[in-house]
Amino acid sequence: MANGSKQIVDFAKIKATMADPYKHPVQVIDREGKVVDPDTLAKYSDDQLVDFMKKMVWERTLHEQTMNFSRQGRLGFYAPTAGEEASEMGSVTAFKQQDFLLPAYRDLPQMIQHGTTVAKGFLWSKGHVEGNQHENPNMLFPQIIIGAQYVETAGVALGIKKNGDEDRVAFVYTGDGGTSQGDWYEGVNFTSAFQAPAVFFVQNNGWAISVPRYKQTGAETLAQKAVAMGVPSVQVDGMDIVAVHEVSKAARDFAAAGNGPVVIETLTYRYGAHSSAGDDPSRYRTKEEEKPWFDADPLIRMRKVLTDKGVWSQDQEDKLVDEYKDEFKQAMKEAEAAPAQKVSDFLKWTYNVPTPAVKKQIAEFEAKESK
Amino acid sequence: MAKMTYIKAITSGLDQVLNDDPKTLIFGEDVGKNGGVFRTTIGLQDKYGEDRVFDTPLAESGILGLAIGLSLTGWRPIPEIQFMGFTFEAMDGIVGQLARDHYRFGGQKNFPVTVRTPFGGGTHTAEMHADNLENYFTSTPGLRVVTPANPYDAKGLIISAVESDDPVLFMENLKLYRSMKDEVPDEKYTVPLDSAKVVREGSDITIVAYSAEVNESLTAADALAKDNISAEVIDLRSLSPIDTDTIFASIDKTHKVVVVQEAQRMAGVGAVVASDIAEEKIMSLDAPIGRVAAPDSIYPFAQAENDWIPNADDIEAKAREIANY
Repeated sequence: MANGSKQIVDFAKIKATMADPYKHPVQVIDREGKVVDPDTLAKYSDDQLVDFMKKMVWERTLHEQTMNFSRQGRLGFYAPTAGEEASEMGSVTAFKQQDFLLPAYRDLPQMIQHGTTVAKGFLWSKGHVEGNQHENPNMLFPQIIIGAQYVETAGVALGIKKNGDEDRVAFVYTGDGGTSQGDWYEGVNFTSAFQAPAVFFVQNNGWAISVPRYKQTGAETLAQKAVAMGVPSVQVDGMDIVAVHEVSKAARDFAAAGNGPVVIETLTYRYGAHSSAGDDPSRYRTKEEEKPWFDADPLIRMRKVLTDKGVWSQDQEDKLVDEYKDEFKQAMKEAEAAPAQKVSDFLKWTYNVPTPAVKKQIAEFEAKESK
Repeated sequence: MAKMTYIKAITSGLDQVLNDDPKTLIFGEDVGKNGGVFRTTIGLQDKYGEDRVFDTPLAESGILGLAIGLSLTGWRPIPEIQFMGFTFEAMDGIVGQLARDHYRFGGQKNFPVTVRTPFGGGTHTAEMHADNLENYFTSTPGLRVVTPANPYDAKGLIISAVESDDPVLFMENLKLYRSMKDEVPDEKYTVPLDSAKVVREGSDITIVAYSAEVNESLTAADALAKDNISAEVIDLRSLSPIDTDTIFASIDKTHKVVVVQEAQRMAGVGAVVASDIAEEKIMSLDAPIGRVAAPDSIYPFAQAENDWIPNADDIEAKAREIANY
């Protein structure tokens, strides 16, 4: 090939422009609390907006109370959620009871909204089987193996499609780190191949424990990863509950109508540690990085909109916080009163029909437990 | 009753369960139109439609995720992993998720998944196709592992596996697929999931084996019989759980035992059987427990398979040694 001749393909240009359709986060209320999309906001009644705010106050209070309980040694593994209220409450409220939720470990608030109790959430954290048994049967327990919930979502969504269930979808969460897992691609790709109804959330909170988002991939956005699987996707301001809800609802409608899955990347931030088990963010990130995110707080933003409308007051919020705290303390009492677990039960649940060896061990443990 | 190959018997069993239960689904790589790379599912898509028998994208972890999610929505999945070596890609799905999910729910939900997968040496496959990987799965609580050694058991066991509400790993031996025929009833029958079978009665020594090594053990027993050593041969059929009752009853009769496996010695099923025997029946034994297994190298390059896989001669030699102890 002669020097200086035109290349048959301009990879530099492709690389520079490939993220273009995916990096305009949907926003309704900006970080200063200014309404940038009044038409969308107008679709929501004051009551609905107040309800959003209540749910975020609820989640923030739950976070603070769980941190207290953790310090008191009354919880086990717990993944803090402060900063992600708009992303979590805005999304889960777009789904219906019949939709099937596949949560990860940072998604207890969505599980509670979808049909379990705070006490069950605490029991899960403490390591008790009742923490996996929920009133709404349409959910799994929080997934620990990051990515597994994505491949399982493909199965739930295909099952829904095969059952011919009307107005029903699967929805699932992971974080920014989760998008690096092979299972992430397999889950989205299988669902796309079967054109099954699912909404895949990526809560991009900037950090996978100590590894920043930019180290996960050379892709400019996580949303754009979906295009390779033929799946529509979008970035949304994850600190803007109205935007998250609106996008989630549109995704649910799209999937439920038989158009296949959607991927939603919410841009949010993990204010605190990865988990209550000793992670210290000051080891890997700076206060300078944190501040603009704290300023973009979803509650501050919504508080301003509602105060401007005259439908929210600090008094009202303080009262709510007290009510929620009482509710969580009560839930902890309930969790602490759960019956002691028995190894004989663990053995009974290992198989539907116990094997001869397991049968023998059940008898041994029952004898011990009855003493 | 017709004479059927091992593979046809599995096809016949799958046909039966698809016919009996409209919630059963067969899926995996190439299982649809192509009927699987070995034709185990041949004709089933034509008969039951693409909704029931379908191809998936090429990704084993995805296939297991599909199976678990389908269970959660009321289906009875029968996924195929094309070769057992490929189960490594589905290890979290099988071991980390499927085997534990019934327990995690405190028994409230069932995951009636039957994972079918071919394995076993002697057919000169490419690497990672023939390995005996059963020990990774037999050490997993919550998962049943079965493998038939003949066409009759193949049909009865696949039906039992699918009808079981527990997850089952159903291992199909590549070499046996077309190398043996048996009388197999056309109608439905089941073989229990957790029972071994005495396939040859004898009084001097017990040989415990499974899968292709059962045939090797029967050949060895014929040779031993010529020297008036009467060998009883037990086919484990179920690798998890192990039916120790059948083994112990035989040892009470013969007082001598050899445990045979195609897998490497360090890869556990034979070791578990030997330790169960040592724990419960050592006082009934007149000789040490004999073991026949492949050496502890990585699975051999295909050309050298026959130098590596334990055969009838190896079993005969060990049985003779123990019998004459």
